[in-house]
Amino acid sequence: MTVDSVPMTASCESEKALAPVWQIRVGTRLSRAAAIAGLAVVVALALLPMIASRNLIQDLIFVFTMLALAQLWNVLAGWGGLVSVGQQAFVGLGAYALFAGVVVVGIDPVVAILLAGAVAAVAAAVLGPLLFRLEGPYFAIGSWVAAEALRLICAQFKSLGGGTGMSISPSELSQMTGLKAVQALFGLRAGAARDILIYWLALLLVVLVTLSIYVFVRSRMGLALAASRDNALAARSVGVRTGRIRYFLWVVVAFATGMVGALVYLQKARISPDAAFSVTDWTAYVIFIVVIGGVRTIEGPMIGVLTLWGLISYLSQFGSLYLVVLGMIAILIMLFMPRGIWGEAARHWNVRLFPTQRVLSRNS
Amino acid sequence: MNGFDTIIEGVLLGGVYALFALGLSLIFGIMRLVNLAHGDLILLAAYLVLSVTTALGVPLVAASLLVVVVMFAAGFALQRLVLERVLGDDILPPLLVTFGLSIVIQNGLLLGYGADSRRLQAGAFESSSVTLVPGLSIGLAPLAALLTAVAAVALLQLIFYRTSLGRAFRATADSPPIAQLMGINERSVYAIAVGLSVAVSVIAAITFGIRANFDPSIGPARLLYAFEAVIIGGLGSLWGTLAGGIVLGLAQTIGARINPEWQILAGHLTFLAVLMVRPRGLFPSRRP
Repeated sequence: MTVDSVPMTASCESEKALAPVWQIRVGTRLSRAAAIAGLAVVVALALLPMIASRNLIQDLIFVFTMLALAQLWNVLAGWGGLVSVGQQAFVGLGAYALFAGVVVVGIDPVVAILLAGAVAAVAAAVLGPLLFRLEGPYFAIGSWVAAEALRLICAQFKSLGGGTGMSISPSELSQMTGLKAVQALFGLRAGAARDILIYWLALLLVVLVTLSIYVFVRSRMGLALAASRDNALAARSVGVRTGRIRYFLWVVVAFATGMVGALVYLQKARISPDAAFSVTDWTAYVIFIVVIGGVRTIEGPMIGVLTLWGLISYLSQFGSLYLVVLGMIAILIMLFMPRGIWGEAARHWNVRLFPTQRVLSRNS
Repeated sequence: MNGFDTIIEGVLLGGVYALFALGLSLIFGIMRLVNLAHGDLILLAAYLVLSVTTALGVPLVAASLLVVVVMFAAGFALQRLVLERVLGDDILPPLLVTFGLSIVIQNGLLLGYGADSRRLQAGAFESSSVTLVPGLSIGLAPLAALLTAVAAVALLQLIFYRTSLGRAFRATADSPPIAQLMGINERSVYAIAVGLSVAVSVIAAITFGIRANFDPSIGPARLLYAFEAVIIGGLGSLWGTLAGGIVLGLAQTIGARINPEWQILAGHLTFLAVLMVRPRGLFPSRRP
């Protein structure tokens, strides 16, 4: 009789079956319902141009592009701990790459959007190693310096309008892929049809960005990223390549930010260095959106962008006062409600539509 | 002689940048706080001095002293009422609060004073100059700015290494919990540090406001110059910050001499180059 055949094994097995099995879960029943509802909203938004006015379409382009920028900043600063106040660098660079591609080289605007992303990503790949030498808060100002340097460099290109900027002529935009089809479909003039096309591109971009971030922060990589933010030393000691994962995030976020910038300026059709690299427009608003809605949540920026949209409709006529009010709101929220509107609501009612937290649950 | 002119001009400009940078360097050294509203606080100080001199008719020197006291109190209150609540391990909240403050101050100034360029009036002082050698004279105001910067660094060094307040600063910077065990009140040390930082910025505002025009939108650029001076000079050393300011001033004036459009860009590129070659700055402190 060997030791193996002792009935011990059997008892062990039965104990195993009795022992509680713990599982890490992210999704909930509510989150699956929210995913279906989200899909329905996206489909509805895609069909919206059939009935919506041109004004609403233009407003929604603003909402989608700002939401995309806010989600991107949220993953970079909130989850990744790379608090950049220089994201206008990639918006501006993307916009300038689009103008260079369309006006100077003469390529299709839709293709030029991808080119814009690539240019922004290359710039980020080059600047990253330099800026990462600055620790935590100094990285913030360092990224701002980089953005200013890029603004001044873009202002040097006389073929792109120098310091005063330039416009894209409607004839250059008429070659855009799909424009003729949209015109025929809705029976609209080129300008309105272009807005609808850009609306769809913006919707596609914001859905892709949000979805990728959602999948990313729920993945092992997302966990590794959060670990390198909370304690880089401890993360490294369990085998997380903190430097590499942050660099990857920085470059990918720049790629997407560049595409958003290109899309924004494709709609505006007019560019200047001061506007394209504006810290107020492309970083301050974006930070306000994330702070008001809730840092480190997928839902937060959505709430934030709708709040900003509402505030703009009522307050933007007051100019500077509007920004003073917005800044005050952001400070007060940081002081008294640091989780933001959605974060507080989610904690209070324990509702998470797009959960990213890992919950340990017992599987009996 | 022309090149020599440029160098002197750059060194003198560096004095102003060093004054911008001292306040930033001070609070980062003591409490690891990066104040993104630093540049806008400098501008706020400049506008306050402007208001006190023009509206109340007070002479510049008296107005400066008054504003130094007011801004010290404002900095103290800012720390106790606002920043204290968000300081912690997470770097995001203090950055966002100071960024929000920057937007509020900048647009508040725009509301209160409009977008026009202003300048502080210093009477005959602002245009007079001293002749060093025949054919080479330097303006009295820029020279005074540099001398003020040197004096400010010397004074801060004195406070840091020769007074009990300085000992409290250094102890708190090294380890807040142990400093507290030794009977240091961390909260008031931090509040005094922020107050001091803002008070030094008033000096910067005055030396800057006399020699150049200012408007509400240029605050962030002051923050960037201050930051560049700190990093070029090396973290943790006030004399290094002075040297960093001078390097930045030189880079800008030499860039401007080559092409007037390149002045600011030359400064930014020098900063990036230093970051590439010597990431710890040109004159880092010996302590790790």
